[in-house]
Amino acid sequence: MSEPLVSPELSALIGRDWPPVVLEVDRPGIRMWARAVGIDDPVFFDEDVARARGLPGLPAPPGFVGWPRTGPNDPEPGPPVRGLHPDLARSLNGGTEFEYLAPIVAGDELVATTRIVDMKEREGTIGRMLIIERETTYRRGEETVATMRQTVINY
Amino acid sequence: MADKSVLRDALQVYFDDLEVGREIPEIVKRCTPRQLVMWAAASGDFYEIHYDVEHARSIGLPGIVVHGALKNAFLGQLLHDWVAPGGRVIRFGCTYRGMDYPGEDLRCRGTITRLFELDGEHLVELDIWIEDPKGEVTTPGSGLVALPVRDVREGA
Repeated sequence: MSEPLVSPELSALIGRDWPPVVLEVDRPGIRMWARAVGIDDPVFFDEDVARARGLPGLPAPPGFVGWPRTGPNDPEPGPPVRGLHPDLARSLNGGTEFEYLAPIVAGDELVATTRIVDMKEREGTIGRMLIIERETTYRRGEETVATMRQTVINY
Repeated sequence: MADKSVLRDALQVYFDDLEVGREIPEIVKRCTPRQLVMWAAASGDFYEIHYDVEHARSIGLPGIVVHGALKNAFLGQLLHDWVAPGGRVIRFGCTYRGMDYPGEDLRCRGTITRLFELDGEHLVELDIWIEDPKGEVTTPGSGLVALPVRDVREGA
């Protein structure tokens, strides 16, 4: 019988906030994102169109929450996507979900805080898997503007 | 000069005109390696399996694969394109069940599963998904959008 993957040490990480990171939502980033996805709605490119739709600036396309303000030697923000368990070196992205409470627009600075909300062990065709549910909260000042849930599979 | 936003206004989808079970207009994406590199830059995801063929093959993949988050962004576009300019995307997400590859037509589709009002907003829930050229759903998901209602005076 092997030890459960979700050890007491890993369980203790559930619910803990990782250090926050500041995200900068900028116009070039919005246009670049929209171009990479292939969205051609001019609202993501032309401020006049954005204002005509009642927005204070270019809106962030679905899924874009800005660029992390990090230094050259800063670690990746949030919990590590692989290696939480010493036996599981590989990682898969299991899924993503965004929810918006308010529009995110160019010029916003968002404070993103990520936590692990659940961990489960599963057995699959790729062997033993650690299913990690993460949640990131994006705040503009005191206002929560979005949340993102992500499933990471370590195996 | 043709103004695309005028055309978009004319094509606004209204809550009143919808019914559960109806499919929304699909979008089709055929990624090029160039698009995956653009996405890597835009998203900050530089994992080599998305642009380095040798690396992808070295870990047993047939070639480079489309980023999961890009597929999620495609589904975000599917909803945005449908509700714009007067609606808004509230929630969208998906799970990554299968790999997708550049050079293949990825059909991004959705059907309406629920229509309801909450706090004065007119909301639509949808099943959304991406299917590969074999018709297999590689990327199932769901979404929630808010849509405008027709001005009742219009028809009076």
